[in-house]
Amino acid sequence: MSGQIEAGTVIPSRTIHVDRATLVRYAGASGDFNTIHWDEQFARSVGLPDVIAHGMWTMGAAIQPVVDWLGDAGRVTAYSVRFSAPVPVPHDGGADIEVGAAVTSVDGDTASIDITATCDGRKVLARARATVRLAPSQIA
Amino acid sequence: MAVNPEVAGRTYPPSAPYVVSRAKIAEFARAVGATDQVHFDPDVARSRGYADVIAPPTFAVMITQQGDRHVMNDPDAGIDYSRLVHGEQGFEHHRPLVAGDEVQATTTIEKVRQAGGHSMVTMGTTLTTPDGEVVTSSTSVVVIRGDEA
Repeated sequence: MSGQIEAGTVIPSRTIHVDRATLVRYAGASGDFNTIHWDEQFARSVGLPDVIAHGMWTMGAAIQPVVDWLGDAGRVTAYSVRFSAPVPVPHDGGADIEVGAAVTSVDGDTASIDITATCDGRKVLARARATVRLAPSQIA
Repeated sequence: MAVNPEVAGRTYPPSAPYVVSRAKIAEFARAVGATDQVHFDPDVARSRGYADVIAPPTFAVMITQQGDRHVMNDPDAGIDYSRLVHGEQGFEHHRPLVAGDEVQATTTIEKVRQAGGHSMVTMGTTLTTPDGEVVTSSTSVVVIRGDEA
């Protein structure tokens, strides 16, 4: 990344694919073995449409386009989201999440970023915001 | 059953010390699709001024939830874990978690409120080193669905 970062700067969007294997991997890595994330029968029995993705997987995956744009994960100094809708993950084909992000303000070396994440047209994260520390080369 | 609002303000004892490892950072980073080599290669991390590989921005949840577990297990709070939905999550990183860090999670119940038959519990959790340095502050809101929902 190079050039001046300012309010309105758009971060390249990305489609993130999630399938059952993604969820099994996240369950193992995070230790979150809640049954709704891997057992379709159980998920349906509690009123969900299908197995759903871990909200924390979605949160963790949705910051990656920002990390890659920044060039350093350590420059994300704050990150918060509201989980506004579940991400159903069908056995066949999985699901795709569209992630977008844009800079909303810059103050010195600190930028605020709004992130959007939608699945089948539904917002799966709301009020998703990150604060990042820009590199010297990124500051006007 | 609604969550008891009287538990708001309660702070629980710190969780057992958690040591951040290179292996767990790499495993977690792969699981969220992270490709920044700062999670995998200590030389890359050092070249950017970190002591070792650093954790992805949401890695801390594994540790903060160890503190939050006290809330789930507090009989006075009366939280029905089977009705729990994660509503919101936020992190403030005073610096990144680095492989080799040892931290403990301390959780305070910041707020309990009822809305639409559900209970919403806001928990604030800090990750602190043995020297007392706060590395990460986390806020999470869990929703306990009411019987009618």
